[in-house]
Amino acid sequence: MEQVFEYLAFSAPGWGGNLLRGLVSTLQIALGAYALGMSIGILGALGKIHGGPILRGALEVYTTLIRAVPELVLILLLFYAGQDAINVILTSLGFERVILDGLWVGIYVIGFVQGAYSTEVFRGAFGAVAPGQIEAARAIGMSRLKVQTRVVIPLMLPFALPGLANLWLITTKDTALLAVVGVSELALETRQAAGATRAYFLFYVAAGCLYLLVTLVSNQIFAWLERRLRRGQPVQG
Amino acid sequence: MQWYWLPEYLPAFAEGLWLTVQLLTLAIVFGMALAVPIGLVQVTGPLPLAWLARGFCTVIRGTPLLIQLWLIYYGLGSLFPFVPAIRESFLWPILRDAFPYAVFAFTLSVAGYEGEVMRGAFRGVPKGELEAARALGMSPFQVLRRVWLPRALQNVFPTLAGEFILTLKATPLAATITVFEVYGIGTIVRQETFRIYEPLLFVAAIYLVLTGILILFFRWMESRMPRRRA
Repeated sequence: MEQVFEYLAFSAPGWGGNLLRGLVSTLQIALGAYALGMSIGILGALGKIHGGPILRGALEVYTTLIRAVPELVLILLLFYAGQDAINVILTSLGFERVILDGLWVGIYVIGFVQGAYSTEVFRGAFGAVAPGQIEAARAIGMSRLKVQTRVVIPLMLPFALPGLANLWLITTKDTALLAVVGVSELALETRQAAGATRAYFLFYVAAGCLYLLVTLVSNQIFAWLERRLRRGQPVQG
Repeated sequence: MQWYWLPEYLPAFAEGLWLTVQLLTLAIVFGMALAVPIGLVQVTGPLPLAWLARGFCTVIRGTPLLIQLWLIYYGLGSLFPFVPAIRESFLWPILRDAFPYAVFAFTLSVAGYEGEVMRGAFRGVPKGELEAARALGMSPFQVLRRVWLPRALQNVFPTLAGEFILTLKATPLAATITVFEVYGIGTIVRQETFRIYEPLLFVAAIYLVLTGILILFFRWMESRMPRRRA
């Protein structure tokens, strides 16, 4: 039992500090990727609803392909493709090749994957806004942009929230896959700690507890958000 | 793009594909066998069992499958050799191999996610149907087998089909514990040929086709389910 505390101690011989640093990067990557995914999702959904045939077709290919291929395969593909693309641009401009920081690669890779899922969530939510509300906003003389920001998006959010909450939980758990491409986050830190001390069981349980904590806290936040966003709406049930 | 390596590795991919199919099928069969009681006790009680089932679902759904997989393979796997009783038992040859650990981890995952789905499914069956079954003199087990379970499964079948496709897309994780299914074979090809994209794209295409086949299969199963017509 004493050894458990020794292993999990925050300072040097213990690995607790490494695990917590891993947790911080995991949260940073997850938050960044989630923000990126949501931005892609809102634009993608608007594109799917209002876009021309070419844009709609392209978005359909994007959401279908991303959702049909395993995340791990996508992460590897995007990881290499992103690095290569940036280096091709940099070398053609006469700069040196760079190795991107794991944090940013993680955000871009997971965000791009999440974008496909959130596009579908937002598409459904936009479709659930009553047309009368939009007509009323237009009748008052709001511009197209104002109709979106003042009426459609606030009304759409409560419909999107359950799906988005789910996606956040998936995002936090998907970041663990980045360990496979060597991005330093909780899963990789854990694997290193476990490998160095041979206390596999202890460290994987510890990491599991940290992930579980993130999930449970997130659940509380989303429950609060949902109550807030649904203010003034008829109670369902 | 260079594909010269493909003919050489096709047999390996076929073996990997077989492993993927086995892993997926076993995980779904065993996982659902656990998910049904896990969902059921959360509706019927007794309370301690319901809490246990609830906690299990929360833990499984709240932690990454990758961590579960590593915990089971490296964690449990590193404890087993220290127990002489296990090392001398007939189970040892099985426990030395990685595949059973993968099946176990994926089974638990399916049980956790689908246990939650089944809880909603059992709750969603109208009370009147269960009362009618009981009024006909069916025993509680008969009610479950003839009415409650079939009706529950029928209602959530599309959800379950979607979940099973997610399970298929999670199977590449098994490669991280040396189970060389399709994705694992892809990694071997990448290491041996130094090609980055082609093996990954080939693997992605295989999963695309597998997903498509599964969708068609589930749609066909759904079409065979009896539906009440208005």
